[in-house]
Amino acid sequence: MSMPLASSGLQTAQVAEDKLVVSIGPQHPGAGHFRFTITVDGDTIVDVAPDPGYVHRGAEKQTEYRTYLQSIPMLERSSLTDVTNIIGPYSLAAEELMGIEIPPRGQYLRMIMSENQRIMSHLYWLGIQGIFLGHSTMFMWPLGDRDIFVDLGQMIGGARITYSYWIPGGVRNDMPESFKPRALKVFDYFETRLKDYERIFFQNPLFLKRTEDVGVLRREDAIKLGVVGPVLRGSDVKSDTRIDEPYCFYKDLDFEVPSYKECDTYARCMVHLVEMRQSMRIIRQCLEKMPLGPVRVKLSPQQRTNPGEAYARVEAARGAMSFHIISDGSTKPYRVRISVPSMRNLIVLKKLLIGSHVADMPAIYWSLDYWPVEADK
Amino acid sequence: MSGAQAKQEPSPRAHELVNSLNSTFGQMVSVTVLRPNRIRVQTDRANLRALATFARDMLHFDHCTNVSGTDFPKDKQIQIDYHLGSIDGEDLRSVILGLTCRVPSDDAKLPSLIEIFPSVDLHERETYEMLGVTFEGHPELARLLLPEDWSDIPPMLKAYRLPGRLEGE
Repeated sequence: MSMPLASSGLQTAQVAEDKLVVSIGPQHPGAGHFRFTITVDGDTIVDVAPDPGYVHRGAEKQTEYRTYLQSIPMLERSSLTDVTNIIGPYSLAAEELMGIEIPPRGQYLRMIMSENQRIMSHLYWLGIQGIFLGHSTMFMWPLGDRDIFVDLGQMIGGARITYSYWIPGGVRNDMPESFKPRALKVFDYFETRLKDYERIFFQNPLFLKRTEDVGVLRREDAIKLGVVGPVLRGSDVKSDTRIDEPYCFYKDLDFEVPSYKECDTYARCMVHLVEMRQSMRIIRQCLEKMPLGPVRVKLSPQQRTNPGEAYARVEAARGAMSFHIISDGSTKPYRVRISVPSMRNLIVLKKLLIGSHVADMPAIYWSLDYWPVEADK
Repeated sequence: MSGAQAKQEPSPRAHELVNSLNSTFGQMVSVTVLRPNRIRVQTDRANLRALATFARDMLHFDHCTNVSGTDFPKDKQIQIDYHLGSIDGEDLRSVILGLTCRVPSDDAKLPSLIEIFPSVDLHERETYEMLGVTFEGHPELARLLLPEDWSDIPPMLKAYRLPGRLEGE
Protein backbone atom coordinates (compact mmCIF):
# COMPACT_ATOMS: atom_id res chain seq x y z
CA MET A 1 0.00 0.00 0.00
CA SER A 2 1.57 3.31 -0.97
CA MET A 3 0.31 6.85 -0.73
CA PRO A 4 1.86 9.98 -2.20
CA LEU A 5 2.88 12.69 0.24
CA ALA A 6 0.97 15.67 -1.02
CA SER A 7 3.76 18.25 -0.92
CA SER A 8 6.85 16.37 -2.05
CA GLY A 9 5.42 13.74 -4.36
CA LEU A 10 7.39 11.07 -2.49
CA GLN A 11 5.97 7.60 -2.34
CA THR A 12 5.92 5.84 0.98
CA ALA A 13 5.27 2.16 1.38
CA GLN A 14 3.67 0.69 4.42
CA VAL A 15 5.85 -2.10 5.75
CA ALA A 16 3.88 -5.10 6.86
CA GLU A 17 3.94 -5.25 10.63
CA ASP A 18 4.02 -8.99 10.91
CA LYS A 19 7.32 -9.41 9.06
CA LEU A 20 10.74 -9.26 10.61
CA VAL A 21 14.16 -8.93 9.01
CA VAL A 22 16.84 -10.98 10.75
CA SER A 23 20.51 -10.62 10.05
CA ILE A 24 22.50 -13.86 10.20
CA GLY A 25 26.27 -13.35 10.47
CA PRO A 26 28.93 -12.26 9.71
CA GLN A 27 30.04 -13.17 13.22
CA HIS A 28 27.47 -15.88 13.77
CA PRO A 29 29.12 -19.01 15.12
CA GLY A 30 27.58 -21.10 12.42
CA ALA A 31 27.57 -18.99 9.29
CA GLY A 32 31.32 -18.43 9.03
CA HIS A 33 32.37 -15.00 7.86
CA PHE A 34 29.32 -14.63 5.77
CA ARG A 35 26.17 -12.67 6.25
CA PHE A 36 22.72 -13.11 4.92
CA THR A 37 19.49 -11.48 5.92
CA ILE A 38 16.26 -13.37 6.07
CA THR A 39 12.78 -11.90 6.18
CA VAL A 40 10.47 -14.00 8.26
CA ASP A 41 6.72 -14.13 8.46
CA GLY A 42 6.11 -15.93 11.70
CA ASP A 43 8.21 -19.07 11.41
CA THR A 44 8.42 -19.05 7.61
CA ILE A 45 11.24 -17.49 5.61
CA VAL A 46 9.81 -15.26 2.89
CA ASP A 47 12.96 -13.61 1.55
CA VAL A 48 16.71 -14.17 1.64
CA ALA A 49 19.51 -11.78 0.69
CA PRO A 50 23.03 -13.28 0.72
CA ASP A 51 25.81 -10.76 1.33
CA PRO A 52 29.23 -12.39 0.80
CA GLY A 53 32.56 -10.57 0.71
CA TYR A 54 33.60 -10.27 4.35
CA VAL A 55 36.75 -12.28 3.72
CA HIS A 56 37.53 -11.07 0.20
CA ARG A 57 41.31 -10.81 -0.09
CA GLY A 58 41.78 -10.21 -3.78
CA ALA A 59 43.49 -13.51 -4.61
CA GLU A 60 42.96 -12.94 -8.33
CA LYS A 61 44.60 -9.51 -8.20
CA GLN A 62 47.52 -10.78 -6.15
CA THR A 63 48.44 -13.36 -8.80
CA GLU A 64 49.37 -10.46 -11.10
CA TYR A 65 52.35 -9.70 -8.87
CA ARG A 66 53.64 -13.24 -8.46
CA THR A 67 55.32 -15.80 -10.68
CA TYR A 68 53.44 -19.01 -11.42
CA LEU A 69 55.11 -20.79 -8.53
CA GLN A 70 54.86 -17.95 -6.02
CA SER A 71 51.08 -17.88 -6.27
CA ILE A 72 50.68 -21.40 -4.91
CA PRO A 73 50.91 -20.73 -1.14
CA MET A 74 48.74 -17.64 -1.47
CA LEU A 75 46.01 -19.36 -3.51
CA GLU A 76 45.62 -22.32 -1.16
CA ARG A 77 44.75 -19.98 1.71
CA SER A 78 41.38 -19.42 0.06
CA SER A 79 40.24 -22.89 0.92
CA LEU A 80 42.02 -24.25 3.94
CA THR A 81 39.94 -27.40 4.21
CA ASP A 82 40.63 -28.23 0.60
CA VAL A 83 44.12 -26.93 -0.23
CA THR A 84 45.19 -29.66 -2.65
CA ASN A 85 42.15 -29.32 -4.83
CA ILE A 86 42.14 -25.55 -5.11
CA ILE A 87 45.64 -25.44 -6.62
CA GLY A 88 44.98 -28.52 -8.75
CA PRO A 89 43.27 -26.74 -11.64
CA TYR A 90 45.67 -23.81 -11.34
CA SER A 91 48.61 -26.14 -11.89
CA LEU A 92 46.85 -28.03 -14.67
CA ALA A 93 46.13 -24.78 -16.51
CA ALA A 94 49.68 -23.50 -16.00
CA GLU A 95 51.14 -26.81 -17.22
CA GLU A 96 48.94 -26.67 -20.28
CA LEU A 97 50.36 -23.24 -21.08
CA MET A 98 53.91 -24.40 -20.35
CA GLY A 99 53.38 -27.51 -22.47
CA ILE A 100 54.86 -29.99 -20.00
CA GLU A 101 54.00 -33.60 -19.17
CA ILE A 102 53.93 -34.82 -15.58
CA PRO A 103 55.61 -38.14 -14.64
CA PRO A 104 53.10 -40.92 -13.78
CA ARG A 105 54.20 -41.24 -10.15
CA GLY A 106 53.56 -37.53 -9.68
CA GLN A 107 50.06 -37.97 -11.07
CA TYR A 108 49.31 -40.83 -8.68
CA LEU A 109 50.59 -38.80 -5.72
CA ARG A 110 48.32 -35.97 -6.79
CA MET A 111 45.33 -38.30 -6.71
CA ILE A 112 46.30 -39.67 -3.29
CA MET A 113 46.60 -36.22 -1.76
CA SER A 114 43.50 -34.98 -3.52
CA GLU A 115 41.37 -37.83 -2.17
CA ASN A 116 42.86 -37.57 1.31
CA GLN A 117 41.94 -33.90 1.20
CA ARG A 118 38.40 -34.75 0.15
CA ILE A 119 37.98 -36.98 3.21
CA MET A 120 39.36 -34.23 5.47
CA SER A 121 37.03 -31.65 3.99
CA HIS A 122 33.99 -33.92 4.21
CA LEU A 123 34.77 -34.78 7.84
CA TYR A 124 34.98 -31.10 8.68
CA TRP A 125 31.67 -30.58 6.94
CA LEU A 126 30.12 -33.52 8.80
CA GLY A 127 31.23 -32.17 12.17
CA ILE A 128 29.57 -28.82 11.54
CA GLN A 129 26.45 -30.43 10.08
CA GLY A 130 26.25 -32.55 13.23
CA ILE A 131 26.43 -29.62 15.59
CA PHE A 132 24.02 -27.60 13.45
CA LEU A 133 21.48 -30.35 13.97
CA GLY A 134 22.19 -30.42 17.69
CA HIS A 135 24.06 -33.72 17.58
CA SER A 136 27.25 -32.99 19.48
CA THR A 137 28.64 -36.53 19.17
CA MET A 138 28.63 -36.04 15.41
CA PHE A 139 30.68 -32.91 15.97
CA MET A 140 33.36 -34.60 18.07
CA TRP A 141 33.76 -37.90 16.22
CA PRO A 142 34.43 -36.55 12.71
CA LEU A 143 36.71 -33.79 13.91
CA GLY A 144 38.65 -36.31 15.99
CA ASP A 145 38.91 -38.75 13.09
CA ARG A 146 39.86 -35.93 10.75
CA ASP A 147 43.09 -35.56 12.66
CA ILE A 148 44.19 -39.02 11.54
CA PHE A 149 43.83 -37.93 7.94
CA VAL A 150 45.66 -34.70 8.72
CA ASP A 151 48.49 -36.91 10.02
CA LEU A 152 48.43 -38.88 6.76
CA GLY A 153 48.65 -35.67 4.76
CA GLN A 154 51.51 -34.52 6.94
CA MET A 155 53.47 -37.70 6.17
CA ILE A 156 53.53 -36.73 2.51
CA GLY A 157 53.17 -32.97 2.53
CA GLY A 158 55.26 -32.08 5.57
CA ALA A 159 52.78 -29.53 6.92
CA ARG A 160 49.47 -30.24 8.57
CA ILE A 161 47.14 -28.10 6.50
CA THR A 162 48.91 -25.97 3.90
CA TYR A 163 51.29 -28.28 2.04
CA SER A 164 51.70 -26.40 -1.28
CA TYR A 165 52.06 -29.92 -2.56
CA TRP A 166 50.43 -29.97 -5.99
CA ILE A 167 52.61 -27.57 -7.98
CA PRO A 168 53.13 -26.86 -11.67
CA GLY A 169 55.51 -29.57 -12.84
CA GLY A 170 54.29 -32.36 -10.57
CA VAL A 171 54.27 -32.66 -6.80
CA ARG A 172 56.81 -31.28 -4.38
CA ASN A 173 58.25 -34.53 -3.06
CA ASP A 174 57.81 -38.28 -3.08
CA MET A 175 55.99 -40.08 -0.27
CA PRO A 176 57.80 -41.98 2.48
CA GLU A 177 57.75 -45.79 2.42
CA SER A 178 55.93 -45.84 5.74
CA PHE A 179 52.91 -44.12 4.18
CA LYS A 180 51.36 -47.20 2.59
CA PRO A 181 51.10 -49.44 5.69
CA ARG A 182 49.95 -46.49 7.78
CA ALA A 183 47.30 -45.44 5.26
CA LEU A 184 45.91 -48.98 4.93
CA LYS A 185 45.64 -49.24 8.69
CA VAL A 186 43.84 -45.89 8.89
CA PHE A 187 41.39 -46.94 6.15
CA ASP A 188 40.55 -50.21 7.92
CA TYR A 189 39.82 -48.24 11.06
CA PHE A 190 37.85 -45.53 9.29
CA GLU A 191 35.69 -47.99 7.36
CA THR A 192 34.39 -49.42 10.63
CA ARG A 193 34.06 -45.89 11.90
CA LEU A 194 31.85 -44.90 8.97
CA LYS A 195 29.47 -47.70 9.95
CA ASP A 196 29.28 -46.14 13.41
CA TYR A 197 28.56 -42.76 11.83
CA GLU A 198 25.78 -44.29 9.82
CA ARG A 199 24.28 -46.02 12.81
CA ILE A 200 24.39 -43.06 15.17
CA PHE A 201 23.69 -40.21 12.77
CA PHE A 202 22.63 -41.04 9.24
CA GLN A 203 20.01 -43.56 10.34
CA ASN A 204 19.01 -41.58 13.39
CA PRO A 205 15.25 -40.82 13.27
CA LEU A 206 15.95 -37.26 14.42
CA PHE A 207 18.40 -36.70 11.59
CA LEU A 208 15.91 -38.11 9.09
CA LYS A 209 13.12 -35.89 10.42
CA ARG A 210 15.31 -32.82 10.13
CA THR A 211 16.58 -33.51 6.62
CA GLU A 212 14.08 -35.55 4.60
CA ASP A 213 12.04 -33.41 2.18
CA VAL A 214 13.79 -30.32 3.56
CA GLY A 215 15.41 -27.93 1.09
CA VAL A 216 14.43 -29.77 -2.09
CA LEU A 217 16.39 -28.77 -5.20
CA ARG A 218 14.85 -30.34 -8.30
CA ARG A 219 17.12 -31.84 -10.93
CA GLU A 220 16.20 -29.33 -13.64
CA ASP A 221 16.78 -26.38 -11.28
CA ALA A 222 20.15 -27.74 -10.19
CA ILE A 223 21.30 -27.97 -13.81
CA LYS A 224 19.87 -24.62 -14.82
CA LEU A 225 21.48 -22.82 -11.87
CA GLY A 226 24.83 -24.47 -12.56
CA VAL A 227 25.44 -25.97 -9.12
CA VAL A 228 28.29 -28.40 -8.61
CA GLY A 229 29.59 -31.19 -6.42
CA PRO A 230 27.57 -32.92 -3.71
CA VAL A 231 24.72 -30.43 -4.23
CA LEU A 232 24.43 -31.43 -7.88
CA ARG A 233 24.78 -35.14 -7.13
CA GLY A 234 22.22 -34.85 -4.35
CA SER A 235 19.82 -33.59 -7.01
CA ASP A 236 19.88 -36.78 -9.05
CA VAL A 237 22.70 -35.83 -11.44
CA LYS A 238 25.55 -38.31 -11.77
CA SER A 239 28.15 -35.76 -12.71
CA ASP A 240 31.70 -35.60 -11.46
CA THR A 241 34.70 -34.00 -13.17
CA ARG A 242 36.74 -37.10 -12.35
CA ILE A 243 34.40 -39.06 -14.69
CA ASP A 244 33.24 -36.34 -17.09
CA GLU A 245 36.69 -35.06 -17.98
CA PRO A 246 39.25 -37.28 -16.21
CA TYR A 247 42.53 -35.70 -15.21
CA CYS A 248 45.57 -37.52 -13.71
CA PHE A 249 44.77 -41.26 -14.00
CA TYR A 250 41.18 -41.28 -12.76
CA LYS A 251 40.08 -43.01 -15.97
CA ASP A 252 42.10 -46.09 -14.96
CA LEU A 253 40.53 -46.36 -11.53
CA ASP A 254 37.36 -48.03 -10.42
CA PHE A 255 35.04 -45.97 -8.24
CA GLU A 256 31.41 -44.98 -7.99
CA VAL A 257 29.85 -41.57 -8.18
CA PRO A 258 26.83 -41.41 -5.87
CA SER A 259 23.63 -39.61 -6.76
CA TYR A 260 20.26 -39.53 -5.05
CA LYS A 261 16.77 -39.10 -6.44
CA GLU A 262 15.44 -37.47 -3.24
CA CYS A 263 17.00 -34.08 -4.09
CA ASP A 264 16.73 -32.94 -0.46
CA THR A 265 19.10 -32.16 2.39
CA TYR A 266 19.26 -35.85 3.29
CA ALA A 267 20.46 -36.69 -0.22
CA ARG A 268 23.21 -34.07 -0.08
CA CYS A 269 24.39 -35.44 3.28
CA MET A 270 24.44 -39.02 1.99
CA VAL A 271 26.56 -38.01 -1.00
CA HIS A 272 29.25 -36.81 1.39
CA LEU A 273 29.16 -40.10 3.32
CA VAL A 274 29.46 -42.27 0.22
CA GLU A 275 32.21 -40.12 -1.25
CA MET A 276 34.44 -40.65 1.78
CA ARG A 277 34.26 -44.42 1.20
CA GLN A 278 34.98 -44.00 -2.49
CA SER A 279 37.96 -41.75 -1.77
CA MET A 280 39.54 -44.47 0.36
CA ARG A 281 38.85 -46.95 -2.42
CA ILE A 282 40.65 -44.66 -4.87
CA ILE A 283 43.71 -44.24 -2.62
CA ARG A 284 43.93 -48.03 -2.11
CA GLN A 285 44.00 -48.53 -5.88
CA CYS A 286 46.56 -45.74 -6.32
CA LEU A 287 48.86 -47.34 -3.76
CA GLU A 288 48.63 -50.63 -5.67
CA LYS A 289 49.07 -49.24 -9.14
CA MET A 290 51.57 -46.41 -8.74
CA PRO A 291 54.88 -46.96 -10.54
CA LEU A 292 58.30 -45.92 -9.31
CA GLY A 293 60.01 -42.97 -10.91
CA PRO A 294 60.37 -39.22 -10.72
CA VAL A 295 57.53 -37.18 -9.25
CA ARG A 296 58.15 -33.82 -10.88
CA VAL A 297 59.61 -31.97 -13.81
CA LYS A 298 61.96 -29.36 -12.52
CA LEU A 299 60.91 -25.89 -13.58
CA SER A 300 62.75 -22.62 -13.32
CA PRO A 301 61.46 -20.31 -10.56
CA GLN A 302 61.01 -17.79 -13.37
CA GLN A 303 59.32 -20.29 -15.66
CA ARG A 304 57.74 -18.71 -18.75
CA THR A 305 54.64 -19.97 -20.47
CA ASN A 306 53.47 -19.83 -24.05
CA PRO A 307 51.10 -16.96 -24.69
CA GLY A 308 47.50 -18.08 -24.82
CA GLU A 309 44.77 -19.18 -22.51
CA ALA A 310 43.83 -22.31 -20.61
CA TYR A 311 40.75 -23.41 -18.74
CA ALA A 312 41.23 -26.36 -16.39
CA ARG A 313 39.04 -27.94 -13.74
CA VAL A 314 39.18 -30.65 -11.12
CA GLU A 315 36.60 -32.12 -8.79
CA ALA A 316 37.29 -30.50 -5.44
CA ALA A 317 35.56 -31.59 -2.24
CA ARG A 318 32.77 -29.06 -2.79
CA GLY A 319 32.49 -29.58 -6.56
CA ALA A 320 34.08 -28.52 -9.81
CA MET A 321 36.84 -25.99 -9.20
CA SER A 322 38.05 -24.24 -12.33
CA PHE A 323 40.77 -21.80 -13.26
CA HIS A 324 40.95 -19.67 -16.37
CA ILE A 325 44.46 -18.37 -16.99
CA ILE A 326 45.35 -15.88 -19.71
CA SER A 327 49.08 -15.62 -20.36
CA ASP A 328 51.09 -13.06 -22.31
CA GLY A 329 54.18 -15.27 -22.30
CA SER A 330 55.91 -13.61 -19.35
CA THR A 331 56.87 -15.11 -15.99
CA LYS A 332 53.66 -13.90 -14.35
CA PRO A 333 50.13 -14.75 -15.44
CA TYR A 334 48.29 -11.92 -17.17
CA ARG A 335 44.94 -12.87 -15.67
CA VAL A 336 43.89 -15.64 -13.32
CA ARG A 337 40.19 -16.18 -12.86
CA ILE A 338 38.99 -18.61 -10.21
CA SER A 339 35.54 -20.14 -10.39
CA VAL A 340 35.00 -21.79 -7.03
CA PRO A 341 32.28 -24.30 -6.17
CA SER A 342 31.11 -22.35 -3.11
CA MET A 343 30.26 -19.31 -5.20
CA ARG A 344 28.51 -21.44 -7.78
CA ASN A 345 26.40 -23.11 -5.09
CA LEU A 346 25.51 -19.88 -3.30
CA ILE A 347 22.96 -19.08 -5.99
CA VAL A 348 20.60 -21.78 -4.67
CA LEU A 349 20.54 -20.52 -1.09
CA LYS A 350 17.69 -18.16 -1.93
CA LYS A 351 15.78 -20.85 -3.76
CA LEU A 352 16.07 -23.39 -0.96
CA LEU A 353 15.40 -21.15 2.02
CA ILE A 354 12.36 -19.26 0.79
CA GLY A 355 9.29 -21.06 2.09
CA SER A 356 11.11 -23.15 4.65
CA HIS A 357 11.00 -22.85 8.42
CA VAL A 358 13.59 -20.90 10.39
CA ALA A 359 14.51 -24.07 12.27
CA ASP A 360 15.42 -25.79 8.98
CA MET A 361 17.80 -23.01 7.97
CA PRO A 362 21.00 -24.43 9.54
CA ALA A 363 20.44 -27.87 8.05
CA ILE A 364 19.81 -26.48 4.56
CA TYR A 365 22.54 -23.87 4.70
CA TRP A 366 25.30 -26.23 5.75
CA SER A 367 24.19 -29.05 3.44
CA LEU A 368 25.48 -26.77 0.65
CA ASP A 369 28.94 -26.91 2.30
CA TYR A 370 29.31 -23.21 1.62
CA TRP A 371 32.80 -22.08 2.57
CA PRO A 372 32.83 -18.26 2.75
CA VAL A 373 36.60 -17.83 2.42
CA GLU A 374 36.63 -19.90 -0.74
CA ALA A 375 33.69 -18.02 -2.26
CA ASP A 376 35.16 -14.60 -1.45
CA LYS A 377 38.67 -15.47 -2.67
CA MET B 1 45.92 -13.50 -27.43
CA SER B 2 44.82 -16.95 -28.36
CA GLY B 3 46.26 -16.40 -31.83
CA ALA B 4 49.75 -17.30 -30.62
CA GLN B 5 48.59 -20.54 -29.08
CA ALA B 6 49.07 -23.66 -31.17
CA LYS B 7 45.75 -24.75 -32.60
CA GLN B 8 44.72 -28.31 -31.90
CA GLU B 9 42.50 -30.85 -33.53
CA PRO B 10 39.04 -30.86 -31.95
CA SER B 11 37.47 -34.03 -30.58
CA PRO B 12 34.80 -35.48 -32.91
CA ARG B 13 32.00 -34.00 -30.79
CA ALA B 14 33.70 -30.62 -30.66
CA HIS B 15 34.21 -30.79 -34.41
CA GLU B 16 30.44 -31.03 -34.90
CA LEU B 17 29.96 -27.98 -32.69
CA VAL B 18 32.52 -25.97 -34.65
CA ASN B 19 30.81 -26.86 -37.94
CA SER B 20 27.42 -26.02 -36.56
CA LEU B 21 28.60 -22.63 -35.26
CA ASN B 22 30.38 -21.77 -38.49
CA SER B 23 27.47 -22.72 -40.72
CA THR B 24 24.94 -20.75 -38.65
CA PHE B 25 26.89 -17.62 -37.85
CA GLY B 26 29.49 -17.55 -40.62
CA GLN B 27 31.42 -14.29 -40.58
CA MET B 28 29.78 -13.07 -37.35
CA VAL B 29 31.91 -15.35 -35.19
CA SER B 30 35.47 -16.58 -35.16
CA VAL B 31 35.83 -20.09 -33.79
CA THR B 32 39.14 -21.34 -32.35
CA VAL B 33 39.85 -24.78 -30.93
CA LEU B 34 42.26 -24.31 -28.03
CA ARG B 35 42.31 -27.94 -26.95
CA PRO B 36 40.32 -30.95 -28.14
CA ASN B 37 37.50 -30.05 -25.74
CA ARG B 38 37.94 -26.29 -25.40
CA ILE B 39 36.26 -24.18 -28.03
CA ARG B 40 36.42 -20.42 -28.08
CA VAL B 41 33.93 -18.39 -30.05
CA GLN B 42 34.66 -14.73 -30.47
CA THR B 43 31.86 -12.40 -31.38
CA ASP B 44 30.78 -8.81 -30.86
CA ARG B 45 28.27 -7.65 -28.30
CA ALA B 46 25.47 -7.23 -30.82
CA ASN B 47 25.51 -10.97 -31.56
CA LEU B 48 26.23 -12.22 -28.06
CA ARG B 49 22.65 -12.93 -27.05
CA ALA B 50 21.84 -14.69 -30.30
CA LEU B 51 24.96 -16.80 -29.94
CA ALA B 52 24.14 -17.71 -26.34
CA THR B 53 20.57 -18.63 -27.24
CA PHE B 54 21.87 -20.82 -30.05
CA ALA B 55 24.35 -22.48 -27.68
CA ARG B 56 21.54 -23.29 -25.27
CA ASP B 57 18.77 -24.33 -27.66
CA MET B 58 20.66 -25.95 -30.51
CA LEU B 59 23.98 -27.02 -28.99
CA HIS B 60 22.49 -28.06 -25.60
CA PHE B 61 24.80 -26.16 -23.27
CA ASP B 62 22.70 -25.74 -20.14
CA HIS B 63 24.73 -23.75 -17.63
CA CYS B 64 27.51 -21.25 -17.26
CA THR B 65 30.56 -22.37 -15.30
CA ASN B 66 32.46 -19.10 -15.19
CA VAL B 67 32.57 -15.51 -16.38
CA SER B 68 36.04 -13.99 -16.71
CA GLY B 69 36.73 -10.33 -17.29
CA THR B 70 40.16 -9.22 -18.46
CA ASP B 71 41.45 -5.71 -18.98
CA PHE B 72 43.62 -5.00 -22.02
CA PRO B 73 44.69 -1.38 -21.53
CA LYS B 74 46.95 -1.43 -24.60
CA ASP B 75 43.97 -2.19 -26.83
CA LYS B 76 41.69 0.00 -24.64
CA GLN B 77 39.38 -3.00 -24.43
CA ILE B 78 37.91 -5.31 -21.81
CA GLN B 79 37.39 -8.93 -22.70
CA ILE B 80 34.54 -10.94 -21.23
CA ASP B 81 34.59 -14.73 -21.47
CA TYR B 82 31.53 -16.81 -20.69
CA HIS B 83 32.40 -20.47 -20.18
CA LEU B 84 29.47 -22.75 -20.85
CA GLY B 85 29.12 -26.35 -19.78
CA SER B 86 26.55 -29.04 -20.29
CA ILE B 87 25.07 -31.71 -18.07
CA ASP B 88 22.25 -33.06 -20.21
CA GLY B 89 23.81 -32.57 -23.63
CA GLU B 90 24.95 -35.87 -25.10
CA ASP B 91 28.75 -36.37 -24.83
CA LEU B 92 29.14 -32.71 -23.93
CA ARG B 93 30.20 -32.97 -20.30
CA SER B 94 33.88 -32.76 -21.14
CA VAL B 95 33.43 -29.79 -23.49
CA ILE B 96 33.68 -26.16 -22.42
CA LEU B 97 32.40 -23.61 -24.89
CA GLY B 98 33.85 -20.16 -24.34
CA LEU B 99 31.93 -17.16 -25.66
CA THR B 100 34.32 -14.23 -25.92
CA CYS B 101 33.34 -10.66 -26.43
CA ARG B 102 35.49 -7.53 -26.34
CA VAL B 103 34.06 -4.15 -25.43
CA PRO B 104 35.79 -0.74 -25.50
CA SER B 105 37.03 0.37 -22.05
CA ASP B 106 35.25 3.71 -22.27
CA ASP B 107 31.93 2.09 -23.16
CA ALA B 108 32.10 -1.12 -21.14
CA LYS B 109 28.56 -2.38 -21.62
CA LEU B 110 27.14 -5.60 -22.92
CA PRO B 111 23.82 -7.41 -22.71
CA SER B 112 23.38 -9.65 -19.69
CA LEU B 113 22.87 -13.34 -20.41
CA ILE B 114 20.87 -13.91 -17.23
CA GLU B 115 17.63 -14.66 -19.07
CA ILE B 116 19.36 -17.31 -21.17
CA PHE B 117 21.60 -18.75 -18.44
CA PRO B 118 20.35 -17.92 -14.89
CA SER B 119 23.65 -19.32 -13.58
CA VAL B 120 25.58 -16.21 -14.72
CA ASP B 121 23.93 -14.15 -11.95
CA LEU B 122 26.72 -13.88 -9.36
CA HIS B 123 29.52 -14.15 -11.94
CA GLU B 124 28.20 -11.10 -13.79
CA ARG B 125 27.84 -9.16 -10.55
CA GLU B 126 31.43 -9.94 -9.67
CA THR B 127 32.66 -8.87 -13.12
CA TYR B 128 30.63 -5.69 -12.81
CA GLU B 129 32.29 -4.60 -9.57
CA MET B 130 35.78 -5.91 -10.38
CA LEU B 131 36.04 -4.42 -13.90
CA GLY B 132 33.27 -1.86 -14.09
CA VAL B 133 31.48 -3.66 -16.92
CA THR B 134 27.75 -3.02 -17.02
CA PHE B 135 25.55 -5.97 -17.92
CA GLU B 136 22.40 -4.49 -19.38
CA GLY B 137 19.26 -6.26 -18.25
CA HIS B 138 20.71 -7.79 -15.08
CA PRO B 139 18.02 -7.31 -12.42
CA GLU B 140 20.32 -6.80 -9.45
CA LEU B 141 23.63 -5.37 -10.61
CA ALA B 142 24.94 -4.55 -7.14
CA ARG B 143 28.25 -4.99 -5.39
CA LEU B 144 29.03 -8.50 -4.25
CA LEU B 145 32.47 -8.87 -2.67
CA LEU B 146 33.90 -5.35 -2.36
CA PRO B 147 33.18 -3.30 0.76
CA GLU B 148 30.30 -0.81 0.61
CA ASP B 149 32.69 2.12 1.00
CA TRP B 150 35.03 1.11 -1.84
CA SER B 151 35.68 4.39 -3.68
CA ASP B 152 38.67 3.51 -5.89
CA ILE B 153 38.52 2.32 -9.50
CA PRO B 154 37.42 -1.31 -10.09
CA PRO B 155 40.34 -3.37 -8.74
CA MET B 156 40.80 -5.86 -11.54
CA LEU B 157 41.58 -3.09 -14.03
CA LYS B 158 45.30 -3.07 -14.78
CA ALA B 159 45.44 0.61 -13.81
CA TYR B 160 44.69 -0.33 -10.20
CA ARG B 161 47.84 -1.11 -8.19
CA LEU B 162 47.67 -2.93 -4.88
CA PRO B 163 48.69 -0.63 -2.03
CA GLY B 164 52.45 -0.91 -1.48
CA ARG B 165 53.14 -2.29 -4.95
CA LEU B 166 55.22 -0.16 -7.28
CA GLU B 167 54.81 0.50 -10.99
CA GLY B 168 56.33 -2.33 -13.01
CA GLU B 169 56.46 -4.73 -10.08
